[in-house]
Amino acid sequence: MKADQEKLLNSYADRLPLSVLDEVRENVPATINKEKLQGVLDKCLIAYNNAKVHPGECVGLVAAESIGEPGTQMTLNTFHLAGVAEVQVTTGLPRIIEVFDARKAIKTPMMEIYLNKPYSTDVEKLRKFAATIKETKFEEFVSEYNLNIFEQTLTIKLNDELLKDNDLDIKDIHKIIKPKVKAFTIAIKDELIVFGLKGKQDEIKDLYTLKEKIKDVKIKGIKGLVQVLPVKRGEEYVVLTAGSNLKDVLALSEVDSTRTISNDIHEIYKVLGIEAARQGIIDEVYKVVESQGLNVNIRHVMLVADLMVANGTVKGVTRYGVVSEKASVLARASFETPLKHLFNAALEGEVDNLTSVVENVMINQPVPIGTGLPGLITKMK
Amino acid sequence: MALDVNKHQLIPKHSKLTDAERKKFLDDYKIDVKSLPKILIDDAAIITLKPKAGDIIKIERKSETAGTSVYYRAVIDG
Repeated sequence: MKADQEKLLNSYADRLPLSVLDEVRENVPATINKEKLQGVLDKCLIAYNNAKVHPGECVGLVAAESIGEPGTQMTLNTFHLAGVAEVQVTTGLPRIIEVFDARKAIKTPMMEIYLNKPYSTDVEKLRKFAATIKETKFEEFVSEYNLNIFEQTLTIKLNDELLKDNDLDIKDIHKIIKPKVKAFTIAIKDELIVFGLKGKQDEIKDLYTLKEKIKDVKIKGIKGLVQVLPVKRGEEYVVLTAGSNLKDVLALSEVDSTRTISNDIHEIYKVLGIEAARQGIIDEVYKVVESQGLNVNIRHVMLVADLMVANGTVKGVTRYGVVSEKASVLARASFETPLKHLFNAALEGEVDNLTSVVENVMINQPVPIGTGLPGLITKMK
Repeated sequence: MALDVNKHQLIPKHSKLTDAERKKFLDDYKIDVKSLPKILIDDAAIITLKPKAGDIIKIERKSETAGTSVYYRAVIDG
């Protein structure tokens, strides 16, 4: 395509979206003359402007219907349905509710860890890496506990095979455990770890609580990653994990920090910022919609996601989230817990300007959507 | 370790409007800074831009429907 035509195309950049321009660029013959291209672009512009949402269209209502109606078709009992031998993931309606509510603690946090070369192609290296990031607690290495009441000691026997598999020995364990149990003595005796009491007043009960406490001490790995599973994705291997810790994982040098993602929206928000959280919400919801074989236009999901992140933090579509931001008292009261909102509004002397839909329905006035939106001004002569 | 999160695929390009661009933007759209969507001053994606409260951040999102779509957010103090 000649420079002139290219220039003409680019002059439409502020009126037509880039994807439309790209499509025109690809599909017109390279020999097209300027007048014809102008004609094509003008036709596109007319079609584009006709396709735009009209002012006053209640897009939120349309989005709610468009997501909600196919939502009723979703199988409700997919609480823990997952792919073949993969990490269990919440899908279906429960997952959509979770994302739109912006729950702080989600049911199945999960990460997809992409790796740099050579880890992404070498199976051996990948397995080693996967083993190092898995959170392993002290409990898993123990083969026997022995609480000796006469000597007032707690003796722990470790599983040698497991230790060897993880490239650890009893001294490493001793080193990791020691700073966590300052109130007790700790020693290694004939391949056993022996805990004793410091001072005399302590009771044997303390040793028992100690035993329960050290079970949870993290020996190695990254906090939160309770399960790791290397899988093949196309040409390369990725690591799926149950549990999520985006911040620590991204800091590892083996990890491809441009593609690794978590399914926890709040974590994405904290580590990658508000725009990434928005994209995360869209991706997560759309993944469920697609997996259920439903057909929801992505623009509806985008609208909801935009609303949820509009004020710089992630707010769920709940009475504590976006609904609490509504300007109108009556609109808030009509959603959930009406009395609470009305009492608080009365206490604070709130004013309702009746600028939105719900409150106008309540007092039987035309609602400001569609043809109800514009006001008429008449020039009196 | 200082990790450059801005290379992450989930994060679209963020840039700060200069004073001249800011004025032009506000005049063109006849809009008040307060009516814009917000972004917190300590947001992970804009820390390297060293923003002040009241700045406008231009965000060039990759959109499935429009190729690239431009979005603006006003910086607010947490």
